[in-house]
Amino acid sequence: MQYKAVVIGSSAGGLNALKSVLPLIPAGFPAAIFVVQHISPDSDNYMARFLNQRSKIHVKEADDKEKIEVGTAYIAPPNYHLLVEEDFTLSLSVDEKINYSRPSIDITFETAAYAYGSQLVGIVLTGANTDGAFGLLTIKNYGGYTIVQQPSEAESSIMPSEAIRLVKPHKILKLNDLVMKLLEPGFILPK
Amino acid sequence: MRKNQEEINEIQNIEIELLLEALYRRYGYDFRDYSRAHVKRRILNRLASSQLKTISNLQGKMLYDKQYFESLIRDLSINVTEMFRDPAFYRLIRKEVIPVLKTYPFLKIWHAGCATGEEVYSFAIILKEEGLYNRTQIYATDFNRDVIETARRGIYSIENIKNYTAKYQKAGGKFSFSDYYLAKYDSAILNQSLKANIVFAEHNLVTDSVFAEVNMVVCRNVLIYFNRDLQNKVLKLFDDSLIKGGFLGLGTKETIMFSNIASKYTCINPKEKIFKKKIS
Repeated sequence: MQYKAVVIGSSAGGLNALKSVLPLIPAGFPAAIFVVQHISPDSDNYMARFLNQRSKIHVKEADDKEKIEVGTAYIAPPNYHLLVEEDFTLSLSVDEKINYSRPSIDITFETAAYAYGSQLVGIVLTGANTDGAFGLLTIKNYGGYTIVQQPSEAESSIMPSEAIRLVKPHKILKLNDLVMKLLEPGFILPK
Repeated sequence: MRKNQEEINEIQNIEIELLLEALYRRYGYDFRDYSRAHVKRRILNRLASSQLKTISNLQGKMLYDKQYFESLIRDLSINVTEMFRDPAFYRLIRKEVIPVLKTYPFLKIWHAGCATGEEVYSFAIILKEEGLYNRTQIYATDFNRDVIETARRGIYSIENIKNYTAKYQKAGGKFSFSDYYLAKYDSAILNQSLKANIVFAEHNLVTDSVFAEVNMVVCRNVLIYFNRDLQNKVLKLFDDSLIKGGFLGLGTKETIMFSNIASKYTCINPKEKIFKKKIS
């Protein structure tokens, strides 16, 4: 199977993890990336700017009804859920918090699974709650590929451990190996 | 025979289109141009928590059972709101909008999609503190009768008051937030005087038309639930309601930039999404 999009969920310790992952993705990466990092509702778009400065791909905060482009990483804005539409645009919502979180990882994972089906890669990284596990299970049920960060390497192991328990993912990997997997020839559908 | 998930997904998308069509034709509520991801997620959640097997079953039940239809409407509506949500928005209202509004002898303000009313009362408090309330008529509308009723009552959970008090202050509140409510058991009852000039009414942005000429439209975090076409249509409705020189206040992630009305407005603040209709 060749994949078309990657969705990443992270919480406590996530910014450091993302800082080790996104800068390793080469320019022209042929898939779109969606990132949900739990973040204070009052923060500005610092994280997107910070990661963009360090990355070769374009990293930006997701805008409502924005058209999805490959080679771009879209960050869920603080205090909004990020939804992936099946016409490959993005929507934002202010729905109730899910797992005490807005943005919630589950909601982005689920809607990305509806849109990309078996052509989606779901990744759960470090975190101190259980958001993302259910969404990752949805991705697996839709035939997508599932990866969880090695809990022993994660700054906070609760989220990866819960995802592993619930989903039994295809791979449990350290951050470096996880990037290598994404960059494996033929893993992502070439443009 | 077990179908694979991609096949099921394809079938469910057909079922959702039919369900929305049925909902519209039977009851007049039109969700066909809502964000499909939002609608689908809500419907699948409803399905998962029911005894029903498919969305088609759910459609049948909805058509025949009015109560079930009403619970479905509650699922699909967006009723998350809070007082002084985004305090910076209200600070900007005080600084940039109020001085202009003060030049009118009489004002009309429309809160469209007001849900349970928290933001309407927030705005009413600002108007009071700025000495404008007595010459303002506020229309607060939503398509959902239940939430309008809640808005009209103006009674909220005491649990939220701490958060609202902090936000009131951040929004530039001039007095004490406790001046505006009466705590009783686990409720905060907003002062009657805040309601004097507010008319609460049912109005559906998707299917109803202009009902008044207004100086300002406030519609925050509603448009994000619509697709581009519907956003455009609703923005046209707001434009038709607004006087020249009137203001449009949207949510922080909403914009008129990609709509047909963009050229008729100037943006007062790119972050807080307050727009002013040009005079000519």
